Amino acid sequence: MAEQSPRPRKAGAFDIRLIIALLTGVYGAVLTVMGIGFTSDADLAKAAGVNINLWAGLGMLVFTGLFVAWALLRPIVVPAETDTTSPEAGE
Amino acid sequence: MLVLADANLRLDASAIDYVELAFYFALVLGIGALARRQVSSSLDFFLSGRSLPAWVTGLAFISANLGAVEVMGMSANGAQYGLPTVHYFWIGAIPAMLFLGIVMMPFYYGSKVRSVPEFMLRRFGKPAHLVNGISFATAQILIAGANLFLLASVVNLLLGWPIWVSIVVAAVIVLSYTALGGLSAAIYNEVLQFFVIVAALVPLTIVGLVKVGGWQGLVDKVTGSPGGSAQLHSWPGDNLTGFGNSFLSVLGLVFGLGFVLSFGYWTTNFVEVQRAMASKSMSAARRTPIIGAFPKMFVPFIVIIPGMIAAVTVSEYVKDKQILLDGGTAPSGVTFNNALLLLMRDLLPNGMLGVAIAGLLASFMAGMAANLSAFNTVFTYDIWQSYVKKDKPDGYYLRLGRVVTTVGTVLAIGTAFIASNSGNILNYLQDLFSFFNAPLFATFILGMFWKRMTATAGWVGLVLGTASAITVWGLSQAGVLGLHGQGTSFVAAGTAFVVDIAVSVAVSLATTPKPDSELAGLVYSLTPRESLKHDDTGENAGWYRKPGLLAGIVLILTIVLNVIF
Repeated sequence: MAEQSPRPRKAGAFDIRLIIALLTGVYGAVLTVMGIGFTSDADLAKAAGVNINLWAGLGMLVFTGLFVAWALLRPIVVPAETDTTSPEAGE
Repeated sequence: MLVLADANLRLDASAIDYVELAFYFALVLGIGALARRQVSSSLDFFLSGRSLPAWVTGLAFISANLGAVEVMGMSANGAQYGLPTVHYFWIGAIPAMLFLGIVMMPFYYGSKVRSVPEFMLRRFGKPAHLVNGISFATAQILIAGANLFLLASVVNLLLGWPIWVSIVVAAVIVLSYTALGGLSAAIYNEVLQFFVIVAALVPLTIVGLVKVGGWQGLVDKVTGSPGGSAQLHSWPGDNLTGFGNSFLSVLGLVFGLGFVLSFGYWTTNFVEVQRAMASKSMSAARRTPIIGAFPKMFVPFIVIIPGMIAAVTVSEYVKDKQILLDGGTAPSGVTFNNALLLLMRDLLPNGMLGVAIAGLLASFMAGMAANLSAFNTVFTYDIWQSYVKKDKPDGYYLRLGRVVTTVGTVLAIGTAFIASNSGNILNYLQDLFSFFNAPLFATFILGMFWKRMTATAGWVGLVLGTASAITVWGLSQAGVLGLHGQGTSFVAAGTAFVVDIAVSVAVSLATTPKPDSELAGLVYSLTPRESLKHDDTGENAGWYRKPGLLAGIVLILTIVLNVIF
């Protein structure tokens, strides 16, 4: 059981980095818009004067940019010579 | 958590917050569906085909543990005890995680076993294997139920759904992605969950710190509050251990928490080890817990500090902290368990609030999914395939894995109601860990380093170790021992460890050991040194991929953190 015989593997490995970037990107965009356009004085007072939606939103957008850059610069490599796909995400 | 009916905990969520939540859940289910396309054999389903990169398994390693207990429980501890809570991270986790990566992982990964019970089978034979498999599967279902109950009780608080509806809905969501995509889906979601939790807690911490006037403001406020400046230094932590003597307190922290409980949890708990086993090479497997240790070091800052801020800013705590510290019931109806929720209520505007709620729910689902994915592996490989239906084609076990996941979820709904009857969830979980993990760790460590230990000793030690922990628990429930709270589980774990070692040594000396030839790769002294090494070339090359060096960096940083705080 420990060793499998060669079997067809799909190379269509999805990249978790892009899914993480999708989530933080959407959250970042929503929060930034909320922070610029829909922050009342009451909201500001609640968060001790910090426009937290705006700052958290911008922070998430920066993070998204970094993750997308990482995924693009070090894409998943599928070794051609083996029978197993290897969702390599370069560290 | 049950007595909050009268506390005003309903968060003021608006449409945009619900949209954010819905988006998160859509992604979670999407990952399950995507991961399904990669599953073509049972090894894919249960161990992700041993193909994941180390940073993914490392983050999943932390995230599987960053469940309800960690987030709610540790922020509650932060509110109650302050900085000494960091011991649960810096003493109670980091050393054990490094030990797992450096010393134990070569045995686990190198012997190509698929689960911790399977390692028991190789080392001690069938009886120990069966005992371990059954007790582990039982424990997972009980713990999954506790996680499910916590998840549901937060949904109940936040959204006002009845508790049983919340339990069933939460169970269905976790089930759908674990059953579809197996361990890959659980692990990928854990990685996603990690980032959502961080995205939720970092802004909360920053706003909180601004609110109290920075770090100095927090120090001033905590010094002036009930509990005082003892809450600002991690050592000696008298208030946390409940020991009156600083020396005993340090001793208790280092040996009780730092050794038996923490090593037992991190090095033999298949929920954790499974994440490392899913990585794609020995080097990656050894790096998994070590990479996980980096974020683990800093989790206390976004969990404990918000708790401390809540204790000095939230109006209910400002009024009632002294009463709560004295063990009384606060007139406002809050408990320390509510610290994080109350801080979110007070500080976060709509928008950020939705992210924070998503983070909390994510953390609770992470815990339950981890339990389920470990349960289905052990049940399928170690119980069903080993003792009930052998030699079926692989597709049979893959289908069985999906069915078992469903059955496990249904059972967890049942145990969620058991957990709901327990007054304090944290204590309930600690008790379970002391029953199952402490004796297992004793058997493991002895079996790995003492080749004389026999097969009979393996299972007898486990059974009597668990029995002794349950006895201690029973006696203290009956009021005979005069222990209360988490002290019970510390003593139970210690007893189980000592009983297991003593029984194993005694039985080993009276029975015949396995021949040396069968123990290569399983016992330290009989394993060729080179087979414990890993490949240092190709994608495992580079100084930043050396497990030993990474572990050294973690160790130094941890010591620095201990000196500063």
